[in-house]
Amino acid sequence: MTTPPNVPIEPHAVDPHVFDDPAAAAASGQILDSAEEVHVGLTLDAVRPPSHEEILRVENLTVEFPTEDGVVHAVRGVSYGLREREVLGIVGESGSGKSVSSLAVMGLLPKSARIKGRILFRGDDMLKMSPRKQRGLRGRKIAMIFQDPMTALNPVHTIGDQLAEAVLAHELMPRKTALARAREMLDLVGIPQAEARLRSYPHEFSGGMRQRAMIAMAVINNPDIIIADEPTTALDVTVQAQILEKLLEVKDAVNAAIVLITHDLGVIAGMAHRVLVMYAGRPVELGDTDPVFEEPRMPYTAGLLGSIPSLEGGGSRLRPIKGTPPSLINLPTGCPFSPRCPLATDICRTEEPQLAETDSGGHFAACHHWDKLAAAEDPTVFFRTESETVA
Amino acid sequence: MTLSAQAPESNTGAAQGMTIVARTQAQMVRRRFFRHRAALAGMIIFGLVLLLSFSSIGFLGVSGWWDKSYLATGALVNQGKPTLSVVPEFLGGSGIRLGEHPFGQDDIGVDYFAKTMRGAQQSIIVAFLVAVVATSVGTLVGAVAGYYRGKTESVLMRFTDVMITIPVLVIAAVVGRRFGDSGVLLLGTFIGLVIWPSMARLLRGEFLSLREKEFVEAARAVGTSASRIIFRHILPNTVGVIIVAATLSVANAVLLESALSFLGLGVQAPDTSLGQLINEYRTAMVTRPWLFWWPGIFIIAIALSINFIGDGLRDAFDPRQTRVRA
Repeated sequence: MTTPPNVPIEPHAVDPHVFDDPAAAAASGQILDSAEEVHVGLTLDAVRPPSHEEILRVENLTVEFPTEDGVVHAVRGVSYGLREREVLGIVGESGSGKSVSSLAVMGLLPKSARIKGRILFRGDDMLKMSPRKQRGLRGRKIAMIFQDPMTALNPVHTIGDQLAEAVLAHELMPRKTALARAREMLDLVGIPQAEARLRSYPHEFSGGMRQRAMIAMAVINNPDIIIADEPTTALDVTVQAQILEKLLEVKDAVNAAIVLITHDLGVIAGMAHRVLVMYAGRPVELGDTDPVFEEPRMPYTAGLLGSIPSLEGGGSRLRPIKGTPPSLINLPTGCPFSPRCPLATDICRTEEPQLAETDSGGHFAACHHWDKLAAAEDPTVFFRTESETVA
Repeated sequence: MTLSAQAPESNTGAAQGMTIVARTQAQMVRRRFFRHRAALAGMIIFGLVLLLSFSSIGFLGVSGWWDKSYLATGALVNQGKPTLSVVPEFLGGSGIRLGEHPFGQDDIGVDYFAKTMRGAQQSIIVAFLVAVVATSVGTLVGAVAGYYRGKTESVLMRFTDVMITIPVLVIAAVVGRRFGDSGVLLLGTFIGLVIWPSMARLLRGEFLSLREKEFVEAARAVGTSASRIIFRHILPNTVGVIIVAATLSVANAVLLESALSFLGLGVQAPDTSLGQLINEYRTAMVTRPWLFWWPGIFIIAIALSINFIGDGLRDAFDPRQTRVRA
C-alpha cells in the first residue's frame, strides 16, 4: 500500500536525533499522527458531525454477576450520553467492563446478571421494557458488530439468507425484497459481485469480507446506534484500516451513532469524537478525544498512552503499567488504580474519587491528583522505567 | 489489476490442474460417505432388501412380480423344503433356479418367500416410523430444553429421565395386549414414543454447546425471536447428529420390533413380521431350519446394513475427520 498524498510526512520521522531521545517519542501528539496514518481514506472530519440530540443515555449502570466465588462487580456505575451521529470510543483493559456495559445496552447479558441503573433510548428506559419490545429495538434501532466475524456468522446459511433474516426478524415482507435489500447492503460495504456473493457461505469469505458482511447485517435495518465490540481485533492489520474506514462510511450512509469498544488507542484516536476510559468497571476519564489524549487527567490514561510502543523509539523497552488490574470480586478500598499508580497518596487508598470535571470543559476524570498531571509537561513521564529516568 | 486481466490467468491455472475447486459441505459429506466401504456396502444391501421386499409381493394393493400370497395356503410340496438352488449343475448341484417355493413352505403350505417378504416390509415400516417419531419428539424436547435451560430444562429432562426408567417390555406388554391388532402403524408410533429420550439427551447436549456460540448471540443481537433461533439458526447445525442418531435408531427399532413380536406383543397373526416368524418357528429349527433362518437372515441383514450406514454417516459428518480412507 502506498502512502496517500493527503498524509503529511512527519518531519521528525527522518530526523536522526529522535532516536537518541525516547522522551520525544512518547509525545502523545505522535499517537494522533500515527493514527491518522492508519486512516488512509475517510477520516472523522469528513463524515457528518454529530448533532446535539442525545439518543442514548446510560445512567449509573451497574452490572453484577453472582458466582460461586462471590459477586463479580463487572460494571460499577457507568454513565454516558451518546449524541446522534457521534462516535464514542470506550477503552480499557480486558475485564474493565467495557463489553459488559454495552451488552447490557443490547439486552444480551445472561439472565443471572443483576443490572441496575437506567438505559434510556430516546427517553425510554430499556431495562423496564417488555422483552418483546426490547427485541423490537435490537437489530432495528440498536445493532451490534461482534469481535470475531469467523464465529459470528452461522456456518450453515448463505450470507444472503443471514442478511435477509435480519430484515425479516422485524418486518414482514417477501423474501425477495429482503434479499434485494441484502444485495444493496453488500454493495454498500464494498463486497464485489454482491449478487453472486449472496449465495456464498461464510466459509467462502475471507476474514475482512466476513466483517464487512457483519457490518452490512448491522446496518441493514437503518439503526440509530451501532455498537462495535472490538470490530478489528480478530482481523489482519492490513484489513483493519479498511474495515474501520468502511464502518465510518456506512455510519454516514445510515446516519447512525457508533459506540466503539476497543483497546487499541490508535483506533480511538482516528475514529472517535469522544472517548470513555474504563478501569475496574468504572469510567475514569471522559472527554473529547484530542484533549483526553493530549492532556490526560487520570494517571491510568497517561499510563496507557505511555505504554504505546513508538516507531521512532529505537530499541527502547516497552513501558507497561506495573501490576495487574484488581479482582472484580475483591476490589481494594479507595481508588482501584491506586496500587499501580505512581501518584497515589493516602487519600487514594481510602477514598474512591468520583468522575468530576477538570480544567477544560467537557473533560471529566476520576482522580484526586489530576492537577499533578496537568502540571507536568509530558503526562506520561510518571510511567517511565527507572533506566530511562537515569538516562 | 482489473477483473478482465485476472480471468485468463485463472484459465491457465486450470489447465495446469492447479485450481482448487471449493466443495460445499454437502459435497464433502457425500464424498466421505462414499469412501466408507462398509457404509457403501450397507447401503447397497439395504437397498436390495428394500427393493426385494416391496417389489416382490407388492404393497398397498399394488401387486408385485411374485404370484403367491403370504396368506393363501396350499398343498405341501416335498415337506415344504426350499426349492431355491444356487449351486450350478456342473458342480454337482441342481442348477441355479428359484423353483416353486424358493424359501420353502410353512406347516400349512403358505409360501414362505412371500411371508418373509411381508415380514421384512412390516419391520422396515415400523423401523422408519420409529425413526420419524423418536427423532421429532426427541429433537423438539432436546432443543427446547437445551436452548431455554433453567426450569424448562429441569422439567423436560426429569421427564425424559422418567421415560428412560420405564422398562420398554412392560409397557409393550400392556399396550400390545390392548392395541395389538391395530397393526404396524400403532406399533411403530408406540416404539417411537418409548425410545425418544436418548435422542432428546443427545440434542440437548448439542444445543447447550451451540447456544453459547457467537452466531447465536449475533442472531439475538439482530432481534431474532427464540423460536426462529432454535429452528432456523441452531437446528440446521445439528443435522449431522440428527441424521446419524436417526439412522442408528432405525437399526434399534428393527431389533426392538423383532423382540416384541417374538414375545407375541408386536404384530399379530394373520399379519406377520420377521420377529413373529422367528417366534412361531423357533421350535422348528432342527426339523425345518429354513423356517427359522430366512427371517433371521433378513433381520441381521437389515439391522447390520443400517448400522453400517449410520456409522458411515457419522464419519462423513465429522468435520475433524481428515484421515483419507484408502
